Amino acid sequence: MSSDSATAATVDAATVRRIAHLARIAVAEDEVSHLQGELNAMLAFVAQLSEVEVAGVAPMTSVMPMKMKERDDQVTDGEIADAIVQNAPVSEEHFFLVPKVVE
Amino acid sequence: MSAPASTRSKLIKGMTGDWEVVIGLEVHAQVSSRAKLFSGAATEFGGAPNSHVSLVDAAMPGMLPVINKECVAQAIRTGLGLNAKINLKSVFDRKNYFYPDLPQGYQISQYKEPIVGEGIVDVDLPDGESVAIGVERLHLEQDAGKSLHDQHPSMSYVDLNRSGVALMEIVSKPDLRSSAEAMAYLAKLRAILRYLGTCDGDMEKGSLRADVNVSVRKPGAPLGTRCEIKNVNSIRFVGQAVEVEARRQIEIIEDGGKIDQETRLYDPNKNETRSMRSKEEAHDYRYFPDPDLLPLEFTQGYVDELKSKLPELPDDKQARFITAFGLSPYDASVLVAERESAEFFETVTLGLTTSPKTKSGGQAELVAKVGMAVDSKVTRADGREDTKRDPKLAANWVINELFGRLNKEGRDIAASPVSAAQLGAILDLMADGTISGKIAKDLFEIVWTEGGDPRDIVEARGMKQVTDLGAIEKVVDEIIAQNPDKVEQARAKPQLIGWFVGQAMKSSGGKANPQAVNDLIKRKLGV
Repeated sequence: MSSDSATAATVDAATVRRIAHLARIAVAEDEVSHLQGELNAMLAFVAQLSEVEVAGVAPMTSVMPMKMKERDDQVTDGEIADAIVQNAPVSEEHFFLVPKVVE
Repeated sequence: MSAPASTRSKLIKGMTGDWEVVIGLEVHAQVSSRAKLFSGAATEFGGAPNSHVSLVDAAMPGMLPVINKECVAQAIRTGLGLNAKINLKSVFDRKNYFYPDLPQGYQISQYKEPIVGEGIVDVDLPDGESVAIGVERLHLEQDAGKSLHDQHPSMSYVDLNRSGVALMEIVSKPDLRSSAEAMAYLAKLRAILRYLGTCDGDMEKGSLRADVNVSVRKPGAPLGTRCEIKNVNSIRFVGQAVEVEARRQIEIIEDGGKIDQETRLYDPNKNETRSMRSKEEAHDYRYFPDPDLLPLEFTQGYVDELKSKLPELPDDKQARFITAFGLSPYDASVLVAERESAEFFETVTLGLTTSPKTKSGGQAELVAKVGMAVDSKVTRADGREDTKRDPKLAANWVINELFGRLNKEGRDIAASPVSAAQLGAILDLMADGTISGKIAKDLFEIVWTEGGDPRDIVEARGMKQVTDLGAIEKVVDEIIAQNPDKVEQARAKPQLIGWFVGQAMKSSGGKANPQAVNDLIKRKLGV
């Protein structure tokens, strides 16, 4: 890690487990410290951007000045339930079936 | 917080003194549109499972969202109706969470830069007080799909028909101080949305639902910890949920406990709120700008154009009913609560042959008609001049007889068996003395159950009021002759002539003119 990483955010092992849980990714306990190192390396790399002075500069959302594409309020799609559930591991009467979720 | 007296009346009594309840509402209103927010699939309610779903709504790889410009227009119209700031630039963000009915793994929403900023809703309370409730923001977002948990022992069923339908989330400031205020605010918001045509307000179908934030504090103390009651789907339940949740919190605090900030669910059957999610699942949505969508930008000219075509809103209509028709603020507020009711009343009062439905551009025409109506005459489409009816009488009949009857049968005014033209005819028969007020009510009942032209019914069933003095006199003479003792009493106590009037009305089958009977009896008895 370079000296620039002084301003970089870092993650601890608990944060790694939390991120994995939020993303519903199974991470074994012995992978945590490895992933923690990788994530911190990435954060340090990205942190180099903080060297750039951006006060008063509007965020750039597009390289070319573009207006967002719009659609008319017309029904042009849907009625393809067969295709929608085609790849579902389990489906019934065009419903997706998933392991029971109870609040 | 202006009048201390009314504020005090909203406080809740606890064991340790008075408590103030602080409420904020997050209302999810489904945008009225044909297609979804970012796809061309239909928004129609109640389709077969996964029928109104495009590959975009199912979040298939490589699909890109393209915004429906009508949904944007609807959000702007709603913002204008809430007297709110319209942001000419807003940004869509991804709100990340994991649930089977959210195929993208995130909801496209607006976080830091919503399309509509702060606004104000004026709310009239049943006791006549009026409060201004602040709106924090309105943003556009996608609805999720629907999960059914009771169809299978070990599986949940997922239908994505709702997935991607446009919602407006309208967030109030924590300005509400009682269940009555929360209910009145939601009712007013619903009325505004329905007038604007930006949401149908159908709470049974889930087109409008509220998350209710409730906290309690001692008056003047800092805000307490709040709980959020999710997805309350009727105005009445909002009131009940606030009441029961405020009492729950007060009891906990008074017992020395403390409130955990959490999401709860209101159960109307048990009239209680229950914790929904454990705290360790506290959500971390990791919002970030959606890289698939550019910022949403439009011009002030576009906003002005939409504004110029807005229909008359409840507050303006109420003000006009008060000034143009001389109605009381209360009657006016009852009539304007639903756009259809207001139109019905105006149709009756103005004697219009068509309802004064204000489609875009129709506003000026309607105002012109009303302006003329104030001078007492309305020119009908067929060129005939028609005297307008007494607005106060019309309001009374619409509110008391018609609404009363509709409520009793749980019907909507659109499904009223008595049309505006029929009610108008009944009022005319009463106004020209053909029937008495009492007979008018009977006639209303007949028209309600059997239909038909009120004039023909009066004619055919001999319901005309007896104004022939000779006939009335004969009845009165008989009653006086048969009741010498009552005559004596009435001469001593003149208020007893009411008994004679009653007898005379009874023996005429309600068809005698009550005023004529009254005058006659007074003369005969010499009182």
